[in-house]
Amino acid sequence: MIFDPQLEWLQATALAVTLRENETLFPFVEGVHVLAITLVFGSISIMDMRLIGLAWRERSVDQVARSVLPVTWVAFAAAVVSGALLFASNAPKYAHNDFFFRKMVLIAMAGINMAIFHLLLNPNTNRDSSGRAVPVSDRVVGVVSLLLWIGVIACGRWIGFTMIGG
Amino acid sequence: MQAWLDPFCAWLESTPLSHTLQSIEWIVPAVQTLHILAIGLLLSAVLMLNLRLLELACQDQPVMRIAARFLPVVWWTLPVLLVTGLLMISAEPARSLQNSAFQLKMIMLLSIVALTFAVQRRIDTNRWASSARLWRTGFALLSLLLWVGIVFAGRWIAYVRVA
Repeated sequence: MIFDPQLEWLQATALAVTLRENETLFPFVEGVHVLAITLVFGSISIMDMRLIGLAWRERSVDQVARSVLPVTWVAFAAAVVSGALLFASNAPKYAHNDFFFRKMVLIAMAGINMAIFHLLLNPNTNRDSSGRAVPVSDRVVGVVSLLLWIGVIACGRWIGFTMIGG
Repeated sequence: MQAWLDPFCAWLESTPLSHTLQSIEWIVPAVQTLHILAIGLLLSAVLMLNLRLLELACQDQPVMRIAARFLPVVWWTLPVLLVTGLLMISAEPARSLQNSAFQLKMIMLLSIVALTFAVQRRIDTNRWASSARLWRTGFALLSLLLWVGIVFAGRWIAYVRVA
């Protein structure tokens, strides 16, 4: 990989060495990461279930978004910071792990899916009224989002099984 | 406790179920993925309810409405967590049952499930609406503390050495 020298450098930084060798710090950062990613998935799933039309229909999509998305963004920020720390601790290994790569691709796709919803679909329709028919485009965005995040969690778990000794 | 736990772990490890779980490579990570997904649903539902109780979110909705929306999620994700958890225990009985992090996790889990069940009972019998703000705040904080503790203890199972 072309970034191998940079990855080696990252892994040799004092922060990375401390993370790797401290027996309490590494599982703690992992714990933060698990907590953050479960909340990202769980809160987005509330949003997705509303978009699909399966839950919280008495509230509008915008109302649900206002209640839930702050949790999603705070959790996502915590997941990025804790994830970056975990990555730094073993940078070359993660960078060469297939499931790590797949996880990053799926997160990027989830971001694109969300951007399509916010930029292209959301402003064009009146979502302030609750209880109205759910547009097909909303259902598709919701289903795609759920599937992508399930994939992110699965890849994350598989990283742990493919890093050992590798 | 060790007197019966050791033979039980040895027996469970010798069952065909345990052998199957150990020999098919993808089963354990798949079960763990389901477990984490269910934790995500449960935790987010609990967080939304607790944020409402702490008056930090969904303030345009009555507490009872939010409880009716999110408490059922706890009751239908717990069976999923139980089944996937039992499968993980069956795959490696000693690694979990004799692990102090696992034992702590179970104590915290039973405490918060009992507490949440008590709240559910009060709601079902129309006594929750009249409960004092102090109780609601106390429940919300204790609930958050215990669930976060449960997640961390769960992660620590992989790091505690079982003698």
